[in-house]
Amino acid sequence: MSAITQIAPAVAETAPEQQWRRPSYWPFVLPALVVVLAIIIFPWLFTIWMSLNEWKVGSPTTFVGLANYLRLPADPRFVEAVWHTIAYTALSVVLPVILGTFAAVVFHQKFAGRGFLRGIFIMPMMATPVAIALVWTMMFHPQLGVLNYLLSLVGLPPQLWVFNPNTVIPSLVLVETWQWTPLVMLIVLGGLAAIPIEPYESAEIDGANIWQTFRYITLPLITPFLFIAGMIRMIDAVKSFDIIFAITQGGPGSASETINLYLYSVAFVYYDLGYGSAIAVVFFFLIIALAGVLLYLRRRTMWTEIGGGA
Amino acid sequence: MSPRYILGRIGLWFAVFVIVSPAILFFLWMASLSLKFEIDNASYPPVFIPEHFAWKNYTDVLASNRFLTYFVNSLIVTGSATLLAMLVGVPAGYGIARMAAHKSAIVILIARITPGLSYLIPLFLLFQWLGLLGTLVPQIIIHLVVTVPIVIWIMIGYFETTPMELEEAALIDGATRWQVFRHVALPIARPGMAVAFILAVIFSWNNFVFGIVLAGRETRTLPVAVYNMISFDQLSWGPLAAAALIVSLPVLVLTVFAQRQIVAGLTAGAVKGG
Repeated sequence: MSAITQIAPAVAETAPEQQWRRPSYWPFVLPALVVVLAIIIFPWLFTIWMSLNEWKVGSPTTFVGLANYLRLPADPRFVEAVWHTIAYTALSVVLPVILGTFAAVVFHQKFAGRGFLRGIFIMPMMATPVAIALVWTMMFHPQLGVLNYLLSLVGLPPQLWVFNPNTVIPSLVLVETWQWTPLVMLIVLGGLAAIPIEPYESAEIDGANIWQTFRYITLPLITPFLFIAGMIRMIDAVKSFDIIFAITQGGPGSASETINLYLYSVAFVYYDLGYGSAIAVVFFFLIIALAGVLLYLRRRTMWTEIGGGA
Repeated sequence: MSPRYILGRIGLWFAVFVIVSPAILFFLWMASLSLKFEIDNASYPPVFIPEHFAWKNYTDVLASNRFLTYFVNSLIVTGSATLLAMLVGVPAGYGIARMAAHKSAIVILIARITPGLSYLIPLFLLFQWLGLLGTLVPQIIIHLVVTVPIVIWIMIGYFETTPMELEEAALIDGATRWQVFRHVALPIARPGMAVAFILAVIFSWNNFVFGIVLAGRETRTLPVAVYNMISFDQLSWGPLAAAALIVSLPVLVLTVFAQRQIVAGLTAGAVKGG
């Protein structure tokens, strides 16, 4: 540390005022930089290197270039996993964003016990996901589960939930929605708090009803927050693991196997680390691309809003 | 008290009821499952409040000697990973905020976006090569992937809002940067540190994916241990639900008592690990 402080005055000689205004803060960042390099940057570079090799535990590694990547489009299980991921993610973004916005509008009102009830509302996202998944598994049980009992109370036929390939993804999305709607609520609530009160006053004078006020004042003003919430939700839903793994392990068959689940199987069940690394790299760029699309859409809608007004 | 106001209030309370009931009903049902004997858990229609409470489910889980091991493992892994993250992350957040090095935050964002599994493949090989796999060290290190970005992210945001004037005055008076950090910046930043600490603890405690790959029989953390209970007793729901409740209890208690900090942290960074 002393070496760095010794150099500082020499550099600052040309601008003596700068010496105390912008001292070097590198010593503060250095330990974290080492940690980040070791556990975040190094794994990344090493993953890219491994993806270019035939790398299986217990056998010698050979450089194979892009062969691992070329395997992907011809791997039916991977292609299927991509579709499962898209379906799972789309539902897990849309439902929590709609319900979370509704919850935020409600929690934006003043009522007794608001803080306490908000605390209960956010419990699903803080509780240990595996523990929650176990209880949901019991609730999904076709014979003894409480969900089919609740359906029977309102006269609906019993479902197989996660045990039927056709309903497994919507059932898992139900858990995901229950768990992560609170995060959307919190983000949108932050947006609602920033809205000025004047537009609402004039809307009330003009006799607008609740729906009109929401549609034409609240919604446009919180749209940026909806996009942020949607983007965070998308990133988390794409790589959702705990819930799916603990409830179905990707089953029945491979009906709920998403890219992340398949990545786990390839790397830590079959120990095909080279191919697993290639999946990890493609997966990462897929997430970046999806985030990019969402950002692009956001810019476009903002532009059309301005353009439409003119 | 116009009729319209009363109607609005009724509508509001109905909406609150609809929104909060899934969470309340779920946790009540979880508690109900954990307090019932197998006969009640296997009956149809379901029994909500049993005639006899099966406290035995809890004592059985707590009394098994393995549980204590796993609990201590979780404490060590979460405790070490959080403290190490605070140790390197708080100064880093300070440095980044004062240097206005906003680009470095991209690394944190990448860490936020990357699936936890992709860190596991190279680090798994590294730990194997170093011969660390039978110990808790690999899990402590890999939990830093979760805790360090949370702490840095929250601390950058917090230090950016604290005033510079005091620090500049101290520097003019001849204090070193370290003294300024230690005696001026840190005391002011305590609320921010509380937020970072709480969120790091929660997301490290809840982490599951790192454990299933890196933990052996003796080094399991609680979430992994609970998951492994399913394969052994598929149908003993009572003890399983009791174990699930015990595992998430510390986090749920923290959520109730530190709700303000959690909400502040989540809305500031919207960070989630893994």
